[in-house]
Amino acid sequence: MLALGLALIQGTMPIVGTRTDDPALMSIAVPAALAQFAFVAIDFGALAECYVASDFSVLNVFENSNSQMPLIYRLTSIWGNHEGSMMLWISILAFFGALVAVFGTNLPAVLKANALAVQAWIAAAFHLFILTTSNPFVRIPDAPLEGRDLNPILQDPGLAFHPPMLYLGYVGFSIAFSFAIAALLEGRIDAAWARWVRPWALGAWMCLTLGIAGGSYWAYYELGWGGFWFWDPVENASLMPWLAGTALLHSAVVMEKRGALKVWTILLAILTFSLSLIGTFLVRSGVLTSVHAFATDPTRGTFILGILVVFIGGALALFAWRAPLLKQGGLFAPISREGALVFNNLFLTTACATVFVGTLYPLALEALTGDKISVGPPYFNATFGPLFIPLMAVMPFGPLMGWKRGDLVGAAQRLMAAAVLAALAVVATSALERGGPVLAPFGVGIAVFVMAGAVTDIAERTLILRMPFRVALGRALGLPRSAWGTAFAHFGIGVTLLGIVAVTAWGNERIAEIRIGDSLDIAHYRLTFDRLFNRVGPNYRDVVGQFTVRRMNGELIGIMEPSRRTFPSRNMATTEAALMTRGVSQLYLSLGDPTNGVVPVRLYFKPQVLMIWLGAAFMFFGGGLSLSDRRLRIGAPRPAKAKAALQPAE
Amino acid sequence: MKTVKFLHALALVIALFWSSPLWAVQPDEMLSDPTLEARARALSKELRCMVCQNESIDDSEAPLAHDLRVIVRERIKAGDSDAQVLDFLVARYGEFVLLKPRLSWHTAALWGLPPGLLLVGIVMICVTGRRRSGAPAGQEPPNLTAAEQARLAALLHGEKAITTD
Repeated sequence: MLALGLALIQGTMPIVGTRTDDPALMSIAVPAALAQFAFVAIDFGALAECYVASDFSVLNVFENSNSQMPLIYRLTSIWGNHEGSMMLWISILAFFGALVAVFGTNLPAVLKANALAVQAWIAAAFHLFILTTSNPFVRIPDAPLEGRDLNPILQDPGLAFHPPMLYLGYVGFSIAFSFAIAALLEGRIDAAWARWVRPWALGAWMCLTLGIAGGSYWAYYELGWGGFWFWDPVENASLMPWLAGTALLHSAVVMEKRGALKVWTILLAILTFSLSLIGTFLVRSGVLTSVHAFATDPTRGTFILGILVVFIGGALALFAWRAPLLKQGGLFAPISREGALVFNNLFLTTACATVFVGTLYPLALEALTGDKISVGPPYFNATFGPLFIPLMAVMPFGPLMGWKRGDLVGAAQRLMAAAVLAALAVVATSALERGGPVLAPFGVGIAVFVMAGAVTDIAERTLILRMPFRVALGRALGLPRSAWGTAFAHFGIGVTLLGIVAVTAWGNERIAEIRIGDSLDIAHYRLTFDRLFNRVGPNYRDVVGQFTVRRMNGELIGIMEPSRRTFPSRNMATTEAALMTRGVSQLYLSLGDPTNGVVPVRLYFKPQVLMIWLGAAFMFFGGGLSLSDRRLRIGAPRPAKAKAALQPAE
Repeated sequence: MKTVKFLHALALVIALFWSSPLWAVQPDEMLSDPTLEARARALSKELRCMVCQNESIDDSEAPLAHDLRVIVRERIKAGDSDAQVLDFLVARYGEFVLLKPRLSWHTAALWGLPPGLLLVGIVMICVTGRRRSGAPAGQEPPNLTAAEQARLAALLHGEKAITTD
């Protein structure tokens, strides 16, 4: 309640302040943002305390928690439901607002005040939303003794960190949005703006990357059939901001370095957060049915839709009104670093739009004509692939090109080694692997090209092949960390692509009904079904199948124990697959329901599957390196302050 | 419409209370001929389980998905081509059953958008590029405000103080 009031103050005063040029009013934004964060933190802490202490007099706790659950899942339950996850959303929003207030000391006062005000408007809208339609603190008069438990498929370590990460990403882009709106309000935007926005966008992008990867890995091992991406509406909802955010990161570079693409960058900043909002709306309103959507309540949907319309519509209207006032600048030849980044933006935004249309088309068509159609994975694979392949093929050229006027032939020559390596990879994979689609070796080729291209970039910058090693090492250390970050992130894309291609093309699957003592062969492994036994967990029961894994020559490798897990408090069962990691490949085994000693099993060999998430880890690490780059971390004026601090010592 | 809503509700009920869920592709459904079975699996991935939430019949545990998988295999055994199997199911259940909608007037926007947008983007980039290169080169950077001038001066001053040390 108080937080809402503060948000309103934070939202109005500074704007009035900037209009009347009154520094006192503008400066209210900072303490207001901090106080708002403090109150939201207290709220969130109170809710967390209810969960930890299993206070079932709170309806929300009763419905989603259970005193038998381990502490970590009681905490996870906080955001495993609608009200709690909205609390998490708003907490993160307030947290980011406070961060800007604290660390934004070097921002121009007007920009900062406006940005914090926009941030506060978003917060106010969501506070109002929580208070009116989804208050997590609703009480039950007669407190029940036991709670209903968290939905079992959500009781998993993966889910403990996946939603917070995702929300950190979603909400992190609100900063870019607020800055964009602030710039539009002020009618001034320059390269410095891009420099201030980039670290925030990068941080959000990192969290989103990790969040998506975490969610994908969770789906992979928890849902029981070993898929890593389902093109589910909710997954798409998180992919869209990621694609737009990736485009934003790249266009902001152009803007910072060359002063070009200003209007476009602003638009992307607005779009990215709009897509985050739409994502929240899709998940929370139940408009699109999905395995992930837990709450389906029309009033909530309408409310969020209202928020959506106001913010997105308002932002775009403001954009249309003010954008023409912004000065364009910077010329560049089509063959240049900027050109490559424009290419990146073109393909990323098209891919993003494709996902958007694919996700919402059935809905729109049904509303307009009443026809029902489905848009599923085959559609996305057919459209997304062709958009991403050129992007990947061009990616290694980007960092090797100069600003303003690049040298395509030169870049191509420098990439020759990478191209040769890629060609070798194509030949080798087609020779070694039998079966699988004809195009698969080329997918491997592109992935290798991307990875080798990233290595080439670093090699070229350090001149490692032309200079003595020590000189090159010196150059490597002297290289800006953002250059390393770029290389790592691009390398990660290649790694992920390699994983996806390998799993899709050469994954093996065995479906069979077996009895104790039977064996199953897959790839170069033999699994023997040893026994079936029961096991009791804290709030569930397991029927476990024990399998011995050997090589074909009989050498013992280990034991796999997949199980069927029953949760009595919800009368639900889940499949707990067993995974055995061999290098970056995995064996994946899941059990069906045993009847009369016969057990249906699904056994998969997933070659190079871990590379998919390893690539995401590379991207995250690359992002972190860039973030730690001094040029990005500290805005322009800060070095002066550091120097000023040095002076007395001299 | 109503039946679909009902089916959704039914699916939800099944999902919630089915203590021992059925399984996606069961061993007893599978065809003995591996090439036919491979075709059946590939087709299954293109077909939607209509009572489920965006799952293909290949992935779904619902009884309806089981029935559809059996139908697909029956048609394949009867000698239908892939297209004939899909036609058969579309005739019976409507376009909704296809996870990859067919190109028709009402999906034109869906299929046309990705290439269309790419084309529009390229044209726009070309046009703005041409227009800009036609314009007099070397645009003036925006002038600094008085406050920024002062800060710049202070910064340059500070810099000098250090470099001359």
